[in-house]
Amino acid sequence: MCKERGRNRQGKFIVQKNIDVQLKNVFFSYNGAPILENVNLEIKYGAFAAIVGPNGGGKTTLLKLLLGLLKPDKGKVLILGKSPEKSRLRVGYMAQYAHLDLQFPVIVKDIVLMGRLGRSRLGWYSKADIKAAESSLAEVKLANYAGHRFSELSGGQRQRVLIARALCCDPELLLLDEPTANIDPQMGETLMEILQELNSRMTILLVSHDIGFVSQVVKSVICVNRQVLVHPTSSLNGMLIKEIYGGDFCMVRHDHSCSMKNHYHD
Amino acid sequence: MIDFWNVLLDPDNSFLRLALYVGTLASLPFGIIGTYVVTRRISYLAGAIAHCVFGGIGAGLYIQIKLGITWFDPMYGAIAAALLAAIIIGLISLHAQQREDTVIGVLWAIGMAAGILFIDITPGYFDITSYLFGDILLISQSDLYLVIGLDILTALISILFFNKLFAVCFDEEFARLRGINADLFYILLLCLTSITVVLLVRMVGIIMVIALLTIPPAIAGIFAGKLWQMMALSSILCAVFTWSGLAVSYQFNLSSGPTIIMIAGITYLITLSTIKLKEIISNNLKSQ
Repeated sequence: MCKERGRNRQGKFIVQKNIDVQLKNVFFSYNGAPILENVNLEIKYGAFAAIVGPNGGGKTTLLKLLLGLLKPDKGKVLILGKSPEKSRLRVGYMAQYAHLDLQFPVIVKDIVLMGRLGRSRLGWYSKADIKAAESSLAEVKLANYAGHRFSELSGGQRQRVLIARALCCDPELLLLDEPTANIDPQMGETLMEILQELNSRMTILLVSHDIGFVSQVVKSVICVNRQVLVHPTSSLNGMLIKEIYGGDFCMVRHDHSCSMKNHYHD
Repeated sequence: MIDFWNVLLDPDNSFLRLALYVGTLASLPFGIIGTYVVTRRISYLAGAIAHCVFGGIGAGLYIQIKLGITWFDPMYGAIAAALLAAIIIGLISLHAQQREDTVIGVLWAIGMAAGILFIDITPGYFDITSYLFGDILLISQSDLYLVIGLDILTALISILFFNKLFAVCFDEEFARLRGINADLFYILLLCLTSITVVLLVRMVGIIMVIALLTIPPAIAGIFAGKLWQMMALSSILCAVFTWSGLAVSYQFNLSSGPTIIMIAGITYLITLSTIKLKEIISNNLKSQ
């Protein structure tokens, strides 16, 4: 699979094969205040990475740059070897359900089907689209909820509906914004199991506040605090992960300054 | 009610029949567009567009009477102003960095002021209350054609682009990420809203337009599980409010616009309080 994908991306942007996400010297500021400075990042195909960092450190900005919803002031963002806009249909995105209007009259199946938009000119759904939506719902274990109103579901179920919607896009890269926020820890565990399963066929990148928990599943951790540093957790054993993140929330949240010295990075 | 039927069949009352036809036919676009306005939460923008319509009516009267271009019905001015306002307001709300509501509030007032000033410099006397509060006597044969055209247009657009419009209203960010030109659909929605508003102005007037555009979908939204159900139900409700409003206003010799709005508004409040009461009662029963 990897080799195939590598061959498929012989475009002029390609610097290295099998790099799903590539940021080169990216700068971003908002109203003159720098949010991200000189960010360089490479995420390989098949990665399962968590983006962590303090509030206001630039996590959301980084995610929006990857989605192409924001443009960098300087530097280059490449997603699947192309600009974020061009790769859009190959990327699945799960937002937090909190930004959706729960009074909106909509059933679960119609939300999941949104993942198939942009495939036809008018946005009509084919039988194959409906099948894809059903199998995506089955994948997040909500097959019996297709006809339910979105507002009737619990927080965890709503979040899983949005994962199903992202899966319905048939993505090669899955981006998730705090999948475990607003849900109870047990549901969070189920959610991570689902993601772990999905990771066998797609690259996963998630934003998280909850690194202590996430680090048990993710393969690498991306620290964002104006600058970006990657910790390859694969090179660390379980004891070390515990030592670094276990229970120490202050440290996990990077409330201290993110200096080059006390961080591993590629 | 039987009396009202007899009155309707009376050849002298052709104006009432026309109002009823237009009101019934207009219920479809009102229901569809009203649903989008309510779910996309742009009733404030629709209000601003409605008030800019008044500027267009004033300009239309000025062009027709002062400039002597007799074919130019004030209605054309109204439609032009409404579309212009929709595009300007749409662009502001898409691109304004901040204080969007202030800018739109200013446009709202400028629209009204322009209307009055145009009427000031146009010779003759005009009863502006009929524009502000609606007057079914103003409804003409050409409105019937306009409403039929609008029926076809809104039905066509909302059927053709149903999924995309739904996506843009429900989750604009995600729609954008699926390659949908969300800005374009947003402006399209505002333009459709503006034409719908022009028609509504004939029925209930500028001041109360927003009420008739939003009350039926607000009631329908309580019961509907899907977007199209909300549209269908609010279209039916809109027709019912128009019919009963016309009947009551005729029976008691009242202004028809305010009567329609009063019936719609009271129905909404009764629906809300009935639901609240039910909740309280069932909670009490549970706790016993």
